[in-house]
Amino acid sequence: MSSPTLAMSSPPARAALWRHPLFRPLAALALLLAVAAVFVPGFLHLEIKDGRLYGNLIDILHRAAPLMLAALGMTLVIATRGIDVSVGAIVAISGTVACVLVAEHGLAIAFAAALGAALLCGLWNGLLVAGLGLQPIIATLILMVAGRGLAQLLTDGQIITVYEPASFFWLGAGYVLGLPVSFYVVAIVAGLTALLMKRTALGLFIQTVGINPVAARLAGVRTAAIVFFVYVYCSLGSGLAGLLISSNIKSADANNAGMLLELDAILAVTLGGGQLNGGKFSLAGSLIGALIIQTLTSTIYAMGVPPQVTMVVKAVVVFAVCISQSSFWSRRSA
Amino acid sequence: MKRLLSAPSFTAWVSVVLMVALFIAGASSYTGFGSTQVVLNLLIDNAFLLVIAVGMSFVILSGGIDLSVGSVLALTTMVAAWLLQVARWPAELVIVVVLLGGAAFGALQGLVIHVFKLQAFIVTLAGMFLARGLCFLISVDSITIDAPLFVTLSQTQIPLFGGAFLSPGAVIALLVLGLGLWVAHCTAFGRTVYALGGSEASALMMGLPVGRTKVAVYALSGFCASLAGLLFAFYMLSGYGQHAQGVELDAIAAVVISGTVLTGGYGYVAGALSGVLVLGLIQTLIAFDGTLSSWWTKIVIGALLFVFCAVQRLLSLKKAQS
Repeated sequence: MSSPTLAMSSPPARAALWRHPLFRPLAALALLLAVAAVFVPGFLHLEIKDGRLYGNLIDILHRAAPLMLAALGMTLVIATRGIDVSVGAIVAISGTVACVLVAEHGLAIAFAAALGAALLCGLWNGLLVAGLGLQPIIATLILMVAGRGLAQLLTDGQIITVYEPASFFWLGAGYVLGLPVSFYVVAIVAGLTALLMKRTALGLFIQTVGINPVAARLAGVRTAAIVFFVYVYCSLGSGLAGLLISSNIKSADANNAGMLLELDAILAVTLGGGQLNGGKFSLAGSLIGALIIQTLTSTIYAMGVPPQVTMVVKAVVVFAVCISQSSFWSRRSA
Repeated sequence: MKRLLSAPSFTAWVSVVLMVALFIAGASSYTGFGSTQVVLNLLIDNAFLLVIAVGMSFVILSGGIDLSVGSVLALTTMVAAWLLQVARWPAELVIVVVLLGGAAFGALQGLVIHVFKLQAFIVTLAGMFLARGLCFLISVDSITIDAPLFVTLSQTQIPLFGGAFLSPGAVIALLVLGLGLWVAHCTAFGRTVYALGGSEASALMMGLPVGRTKVAVYALSGFCASLAGLLFAFYMLSGYGQHAQGVELDAIAAVVISGTVLTGGYGYVAGALSGVLVLGLIQTLIAFDGTLSSWWTKIVIGALLFVFCAVQRLLSLKKAQS
């Protein structure tokens, strides 16, 4: 099968480096790190203590992990012209299920049940969007509203704290070969997804659906099945993100876990060069987008500015990126 | 029966029937539920939501969506509180300034949506972040309001028949609803909004002022959001950046439940009232019951959203087949 090359215009050899689709996100990340290094002394400092790497950069990688997982799923959803606003609610559901079950039934059952719950959420979203043909934003809005209610129902509105088994905390707070486990989780998920997109026709199909769903269907692409798949995939990623978060904070907060994560995931996709109108996506770009968001947050914390101010910066960035992507400019120059 | 089902106003009537049924269910199950004051309290407690839902109706009728309304509400309470308490501006001036500010914020979003041909959803999402963030730039803490005009408006009870009363906020909300009805059904602007939601391309070819209307719709929604912010400030007597989290979802839910079609072009502004009252009744029922916890509200609203969306979708599919 051919690799997806439809809209990702593979740059000809003579094209300048700055024409590369990943150039802008990477440049933004580098610029942000440079600013952080200037304003926060020792921001880029790394050291090895007890065989583990320590430093702000590792911390950013670690904290960005749930967002990166959600952003990977959101990338594929947006590539089919969809949107999934239930990501945060699914994080809350999966974290809650794991924390409720882990003490009594052990790690394996808790993790399986949490991912199973996320899978069910994905099937529900997929059914509404692909089966019933509802607008994606409304279809997923239903789970966004009701999902947190369901999670609170499981915990009776309490925050569930987990004390044992200690192995539960390994996923979100453990280290392997000096790097946090969450980093490996993201690497494996991203690697498998990239393989699936590049080595099978799935990536091509997803792009076709995003570029023109009607034409795709007439050309024999099973549009509904593709759309169904991306919502299930996005939910599973969010479920895994929920496991990482609850394992890291050793508790499940049905009301606040993953709050506004869907917005950050959409922002990450936009920053990474994904088109919100579908058809054009970049998994690597979205991962860099997630890192940009986390670097921004960490920098603002380290500078001692109230963390809520990040919202203003994020808003300005979204406006700037969207306006720069707008067809307004190409029409003018044409 | 078949004619009833295929009538375009079917889902709009369903919400009215649902509202009456919820009220009768409450009145027959709980003593004290059936009093006039309980109904009026629904209006008093949800006055701000009604105002936002009227603005949201226009946006959704035009085929768009506005996710920034909850944040604009919070920003309004914050700016009003700061101007009153810290800058010591006169209350009347503050009211005018925040209302104009809200309309300007909405108009700016509308301009970005129209000029740059961006999706309303992403632009207003950024607007939502921006307004919330600006709240915290003013102050991360809540600011108590003690301006005499605000306190008076907060405590005044407008007596009606038989000892029942309404708050000034609820009266303002009902006036906004009436004004919204007039604009939607009796003005050229209202008809353009419906045409725009039906098909933007056709509206453009008919020579309707598409751009101007689009910007005006978002300005109207911003204005309604800041007016709702003032009502909220009367109600809470404070400005706070955490006020009204998720109100945009409640407003969208109210509009959908009232039978307005989310793709635009079809629905009634009057439905804002039945939608908001259904949401309010569910909350009141759960509060009266006492054994059900507050999260049941979210689950029930989610389920209602699902049922209404699914029914709308199935009805439109049926129409397409016949």
